[in-house]
Amino acid sequence: MGTFHHGVHPPELKELTSSLPIRRMPFPELLAIPLRQHAGAPARSLVKRGDRVERGDKVGQAVGFISSSVHASAAGTVRDVRLWPHPDGSMAETVVIEVDPVSPQSLRPRIVPEWEGLTPQEVVAAIQDAGVVGLGGAAFPAHVKLAPPPDAPVNVIVANGAECEPYLTSDHRTMVEYPERVHFGLRIMMHALDVDRAVIGVEANKPDAIEALRSTVPEDLDIRVEGLRVKYPQGAEKMMLESLLGRRVPSGMLPMHVGAVVQNVGSIAAIAEVFETGYPLIERIVTVTGPGIRRPANLIVPVGTRIADVLEFCGGMTPDAERIVFGGPMMGNAQPEPGAPVLKGTTGIVVLTGEAIARERELACIRCGRCLEACPVFLDPADLGRLARAGHYDEMLEMHLSECMLCGCCSYVCPSHIPLSQMFGLAKAMTRKIERRRKEEEESAAGAAA
Amino acid sequence: MNVDRGAGDGGHERLRGEPERRREADGGGDREAGGSGASGASASGTPRLHLAPSPHIHSPDSTPRIMWTVVATLVPVIAASTWFFGLSALLVLAAATLGCFIVERTLGERGSVGDGSAVITGLLLGLTLPAGIPLWMAFLGGAFAIGFGKLIFGGLGQNIFNPALLGRAFLQAAFPTALTTWPALAERWTHIYASNLALPLLSPGKVDVVTMATPLGLMKFEHQGTDLLKLAIGNTGGSLGETAGVLILVCGAYLAWKRYLNWRIPVAIFAAVAALSALLHAVRPSLPGAPFMLLSGGLILGAVYMATDMVTSPVTNLGSWIFGLGIGLITVVIRLWGGLAEGVMYSILFMNALVPFIDQATRPATFGTRAARKETA
Repeated sequence: MGTFHHGVHPPELKELTSSLPIRRMPFPELLAIPLRQHAGAPARSLVKRGDRVERGDKVGQAVGFISSSVHASAAGTVRDVRLWPHPDGSMAETVVIEVDPVSPQSLRPRIVPEWEGLTPQEVVAAIQDAGVVGLGGAAFPAHVKLAPPPDAPVNVIVANGAECEPYLTSDHRTMVEYPERVHFGLRIMMHALDVDRAVIGVEANKPDAIEALRSTVPEDLDIRVEGLRVKYPQGAEKMMLESLLGRRVPSGMLPMHVGAVVQNVGSIAAIAEVFETGYPLIERIVTVTGPGIRRPANLIVPVGTRIADVLEFCGGMTPDAERIVFGGPMMGNAQPEPGAPVLKGTTGIVVLTGEAIARERELACIRCGRCLEACPVFLDPADLGRLARAGHYDEMLEMHLSECMLCGCCSYVCPSHIPLSQMFGLAKAMTRKIERRRKEEEESAAGAAA
Repeated sequence: MNVDRGAGDGGHERLRGEPERRREADGGGDREAGGSGASGASASGTPRLHLAPSPHIHSPDSTPRIMWTVVATLVPVIAASTWFFGLSALLVLAAATLGCFIVERTLGERGSVGDGSAVITGLLLGLTLPAGIPLWMAFLGGAFAIGFGKLIFGGLGQNIFNPALLGRAFLQAAFPTALTTWPALAERWTHIYASNLALPLLSPGKVDVVTMATPLGLMKFEHQGTDLLKLAIGNTGGSLGETAGVLILVCGAYLAWKRYLNWRIPVAIFAAVAALSALLHAVRPSLPGAPFMLLSGGLILGAVYMATDMVTSPVTNLGSWIFGLGIGLITVVIRLWGGLAEGVMYSILFMNALVPFIDQATRPATFGTRAARKETA
């Protein structure tokens, strides 16, 4: 069974929701749809206060290629376009829609694009227009990966169904309930990239998903379904490529440089929906789970639904709930604001109780070396941590800080509870800032010289 | 809903000096954005949200847990040495540990006694001492071990040398006679050696003690071997922890299984000692063979409990192999050609000093900086 080196084994905790069928959540009264839900440039608002929008109407236009459009998840009236709490902790420009309570919320009839007649460029444009982004959490615009530069020829598509984060089951349920949709999405991606081979990687703790996918592979497609060892972070792109194909992405490079495109299975299913129904990405499957929620569920949630509305639909939080996390507990963000909305990239809402949260006093590093054995990209987190404390960011870069993907393995294993990955996240932000300032200074110096 | 962070503060800051219309819009929105959850539930009894960076879960292991588990595994070893040397063993261990404890408590960081590392240092130091040592010396050694072996470097995790061994090296330099006076095994476990109770600065040599040479001493100075079975069980002269080899190995195996010690270090040490002594024995049969070298002296205690101290051993696995091999080779050299009968302590201290260099030289290559392995599919 394929796997990568190092990594950790957190408890899986998926049994709360792994056998619950996907259900649809009713429309909330209010939707807050941020114009920035993806990596890259935020979308530009197309609506203003008082506008009537139908379900699926575009409310934000992608700006540039690495950007994505956003759409109204329900029919209603635009109440405002204003700053609103964003799940990343900031305030972000957001289209606030008052949902029409009497609307049947049916979708406007649309012309379904005939994918076979489309050129790769047209497929890419259709996906960008539909606002499809990576649904695995990072929300990288999905169409960008389908348009690799000519110097990086792609020969295989990897569908990422690892779902290695504890608790989460949204990809699992997608694979079990909609395996044909995953295959159809792969068909379109193979068409767009002119690739004749695809591999789906699924962690071995989801045998029903593997079985469902295997039994539905279209005869005319070369799609292989592979079980992977259960280990975190199996679903990280670079780990996935090593586990499935034995291809190691060189430092500082992308999967396409080893001839592969990696896409999360949920995103692939979303691409399929665009070409099945013609509708954009306006809802997603969210796992609502954790010891702090009364009725865990796998829900279809309209994008922009506030956290509080989702939790209320799931019976509310238990009195001992302490933390709401967007995404899995290893990499997810704690949410301060119950009014913040579910985004396209929100894989799950995990409500943790005090018991589930590790909150111990930080002690000195005892050089046990566990972080070195956990780090999937072979960094020396112990040393990097010391450098981060001292603010030696240049030395951290020399020690390949840029390869760190903030997976949290080092923090997870550290017996002294040193917040290593948090320190590395800060250091990465600092180095980016320093780099930007350096560039600006150089430019102004060049300008002065001229 | 209560939130640890004041959610609206930033927004109001921004509002200062802006038109009234904006303020109203934001005010209304804040109620919806921030307060909608609270409207459904009463203020009392609503969960208080707690913010922290990811990851939000943690492996069950913690540093105090590692340390106290090590302490727990020493209990059988201590029981064995009490069996062999009587209550004196407990007194010596208690004195050394008390020395460590008091210095850690008074000079260390607040609460640092709770992490258990000072207790380990005290017990390990005690296990390297002879049963008849005056208690005040054991106490002093413990105090030195923590004060100069650990705190002076900055406390837990900062020290270069194994504190227990540094304490012993200090005692060996200061009181060579007391440190090499090996009393005969106790006849009953309730035995207390009279020399234990010697007062500070009195010469302990004047107290009547029936002594017994250690197997290594016998070998070195009188060219006399010791029965291997006796060595394995521990029925010989020596320091408190030198004598229960098999028991220490069992406890060490448990720690290795729990991943509280890196098994590569003791394995490398044993391998190096066995290989070098077997080779030398083959060349010159008058030199002791591998089984004797492995079972005698403090080798097992040092390899399992001292060399594996996480703070003073390499963090990389390759480094651990190098570190262990170095200790093993130096131990054999000191034992056979040095002026001392035993060389484990100095070989570990010497290799401790090299750890930063070993770590640097064996740092793993970052993902993607080396050529890929062969494609499997």
